[in-house]
Amino acid sequence: MIPAPSDYLRILPELVLALAGILVMVVDPLLPAQNDRRSIGLLALAGSVAALAATFIMAENPGSAFSGMVRVDGFSVFFHVVIVSVTIVVILASFEYLKVQQIRLGEYYGLILFGAVGMTLMSSAVELVLVFISLEISSISTYILAGFRRRVATSIESALKYFLLGSFATAFFLYGIALMFGATGSTKIYEISAALRNGPVSMLALVAVGLMVVGLGFKVASAPFHVWTPDVYEGAPAPVVALMSTAPKAAAFAVLLRILFAAAGSLPAWHWLVWVLAALSMSLGNIGALVQTNIKRLLAYSSIAHAGYLLVAFAAAPEVGVPAAMFYAASYAAMNVGAFIVISHFANQNERYVTLDDYAGLGRRAPALAIILTVFLLSLIGIPMTGGFFAKFYVFRAALASNLIALTIIGVINSAIAAYYYLRIIVVMYMRDPREQAPAMKIPAGVGISLAISLIATIYLGVLPGRVLDYTLSSAQQMLK
Amino acid sequence: MRSLNTSILTIITFLPLAGAVLLLLFPRRHRDIRVFALFVTLADFLVSLHLPANFHRSVPGFQFATDRLWISSPSIHYHLGIDGVSLWLVVLTTFLTPLCVLISWNSIRDRVKEFFILLLVLETALLGVFVALDLFLFYVFWESTLIPMALLIGMYGHGQRIYAAVKFFLYTMIASVFMLAAIIWLYVKSGTFDFVSLQNLITGGQVPGLEHASLALFLGFFVAFAVKVPLFPLHTWLPDAHTEAPTAGSVLLAGVLLKMGTYGMMRFNLGLFPEESQRNAPWIIVLAIIGIVYGAWVAMVQTSLKRLVAYSSVSHLGFVVLGIFSFTQIGAVGAVFVMLAHGVSTGALFMLCGIVFDRKHTYEIKAFGGLATPMPVYATFFLFIVLASAGLPLLNGFVGEFLVLSGAFQARALYGVLAATGVIWSACYLLWMYQRVFYGKVFDPENSSLPDLFGYEKAALWPAALVALAMGVAPLLWIEAIDPAVQTILLPLTQWIPLSGMIGH
Repeated sequence: MIPAPSDYLRILPELVLALAGILVMVVDPLLPAQNDRRSIGLLALAGSVAALAATFIMAENPGSAFSGMVRVDGFSVFFHVVIVSVTIVVILASFEYLKVQQIRLGEYYGLILFGAVGMTLMSSAVELVLVFISLEISSISTYILAGFRRRVATSIESALKYFLLGSFATAFFLYGIALMFGATGSTKIYEISAALRNGPVSMLALVAVGLMVVGLGFKVASAPFHVWTPDVYEGAPAPVVALMSTAPKAAAFAVLLRILFAAAGSLPAWHWLVWVLAALSMSLGNIGALVQTNIKRLLAYSSIAHAGYLLVAFAAAPEVGVPAAMFYAASYAAMNVGAFIVISHFANQNERYVTLDDYAGLGRRAPALAIILTVFLLSLIGIPMTGGFFAKFYVFRAALASNLIALTIIGVINSAIAAYYYLRIIVVMYMRDPREQAPAMKIPAGVGISLAISLIATIYLGVLPGRVLDYTLSSAQQMLK
Repeated sequence: MRSLNTSILTIITFLPLAGAVLLLLFPRRHRDIRVFALFVTLADFLVSLHLPANFHRSVPGFQFATDRLWISSPSIHYHLGIDGVSLWLVVLTTFLTPLCVLISWNSIRDRVKEFFILLLVLETALLGVFVALDLFLFYVFWESTLIPMALLIGMYGHGQRIYAAVKFFLYTMIASVFMLAAIIWLYVKSGTFDFVSLQNLITGGQVPGLEHASLALFLGFFVAFAVKVPLFPLHTWLPDAHTEAPTAGSVLLAGVLLKMGTYGMMRFNLGLFPEESQRNAPWIIVLAIIGIVYGAWVAMVQTSLKRLVAYSSVSHLGFVVLGIFSFTQIGAVGAVFVMLAHGVSTGALFMLCGIVFDRKHTYEIKAFGGLATPMPVYATFFLFIVLASAGLPLLNGFVGEFLVLSGAFQARALYGVLAATGVIWSACYLLWMYQRVFYGKVFDPENSSLPDLFGYEKAALWPAALVALAMGVAPLLWIEAIDPAVQTILLPLTQWIPLSGMIGH
């Protein structure tokens, strides 16, 4: 069957990103070895901005494509926008980082773009084999990116650990697909849904859903599949952590939403599984973060906890849970990517400054940077007027509306505990004096723009969340159909 | 005039924030920053005088109200309005903030710009708490007070400032998430955050499942407020926060922040859960009385001037809680009056502590003695405020405490008797402290050359002293507005009393 032309419009962002990635790889060897690769970065930036524009063209053409393997609906558009925006922000922040770290490899940008292809495709794929392939595209790019500080042992460790455990997890996912095919005779999400709803509940399907949750649980760093996270985040280059703690996670959550709510919506058994994962992630993540002194590890544990809050929405009823999860994914992406960009800018050569003590007196040295980081941290705590607040609010509201009172209480207590370790960073920045006399820090344009984007997004979601929420509500309806 | 009346609360609330944003653009010249901050806070005070001038005293219910949709789903409204209680709390806030600016005139030398920005942001948040009539909006303002206050303590405080700031933040943050959970529960079941509609739905019995959850909800709100008040035994953050905070921080902390708790109890605990309030009143009153006596005793043995004043707040705020939960008209009016009087006189006491600290860099009572000789004007102000705080008739402290005690006697004579001892203790610790600091010989030669009050310090103290006097001489000026508001608040409770027979008249 020959694909119709409109099919290509429905994967236009992916096509644009892939083309830009190939272009980067072609141009890179033509440049002299000593070139700082800024031009490559600008090329990648142009490609990702074009992809964002392409997303709007894609949004004009909803429907399925390629024999029902891809589906463009409000849900996939939403995650496209989130993922591509994160990509743009990370590329902007990488110019300065690569210069400071003296990394002169154009592949870096190419890999980010290819990774984005996989992630965006994950959010619109509705056929499990395609989901798997796009998951692999995204994962393999991030494995390599994690090892990009190749002269540093921790970075190699990070890449290797991520790769080994990650392949292990994707194997689980693949096994789940195979069993699901055995149980229902299809790999298409909406056909599986129909088969499960009409037929008897088979053990095979339950095991399949369990295996897929394990595989994706690894990708979103939910407890008990979270042990890799702190080591990987500590070793990987900071802008890459900004990327991989947000975009692939959003994509994996998108897949999980589709699989659990759309495909397996009629199976009640997975609810308690998600309940346990959510409670464990929130608690282990927050308790782990309490004792960290390395700021990257601290935020790694915090991201585990945030995966837990997001999973609370999964345990809720679909019509309230899905929008809450989508909103959370977007706010979390905005605030976390911002926080990691501040960290990556502050880390300096060889990522020297990554412990909590290094942040002493930042409020004096770089007032603007300190205020911006404070806003992101307050948003991570969930203080009103920031995106993080409404994200938590919607999630807990969804949980209460579904009568998940115990889980809500666990969540609320956890967000109170979490306040402590985020606050520690703010305290160190403003209330301690710097250890050494360090010069004032400048914010270069790339970092400045990327911070501005994430800051505006965080505050916008915190002050006027109405439009985004309405969008998630209507697109969740489409996705569930 | 009509449009002014609907937008006046917005103007008052956000004027300081606008000032803070403008300050961001200021160059780092300390003098200009201070003058500008003073200008903004004074302007805000003058604008807020529009409220008592145009407030219809005999009309119950909320006035100067404005209600606009902020977020459609969930339906969150920008709903502001004040009654006779919040009216005066708003004016108290706008009154104290310019004094805070004055008292920080020379004592803040480092990061001046950040200091005044935080102070102005804090003022907006505090005002918002008192004018918000949408539960969600209330929570937003409530939480927003936390960060500027914690930063003020942590960045500009003394000694153990970081410990104090973190303790303050965590105590109040942890307590208020329970309130958030309760607010969300109410919204999920009733579909509204609006205080007035929620109150109607609850009294109409139209909130499903409320009878099972009402105790948990009551406690969710109550814990958040009790930490703020602070009610014994949740008070341990307060002495640390007060002792380490900069003077302006202490003034706003004692003067306004603590009242957020008692205001919240009055508005939300009594307003939304009258039956639970009745049921839980006995143990709350016991805690309040313990707070009154315990706070006074602990204040007596303090060696630090500022810690003494801090513990006296625990004692005074116990009166407020007692008055509120006596469910008598006279007691509740007294509670509101104590809130205002305490705000003025304890605010002034903290300013006085700050003045001597600027000169001596210590709060230890032992380091002083005979200060009346080198600093006569200071000593006079101090005596005046001490007497006001101790409840001397014709000064502001007396009226409130008298009303609260009358209410307590009405509710149950034992409450009145026990609480009345608190008045005696407060006279003891305040006058004894005054004696040790001001009378006797100047034994430390350094103290004999301490300069008396500077102009800006006098400018900060005079208004406080005059208001303390005015509140004592003509309390009706204030009570006229408070009375009908309190009557409305107590209406559901007084109707319920005969049924329970728990508290007899």
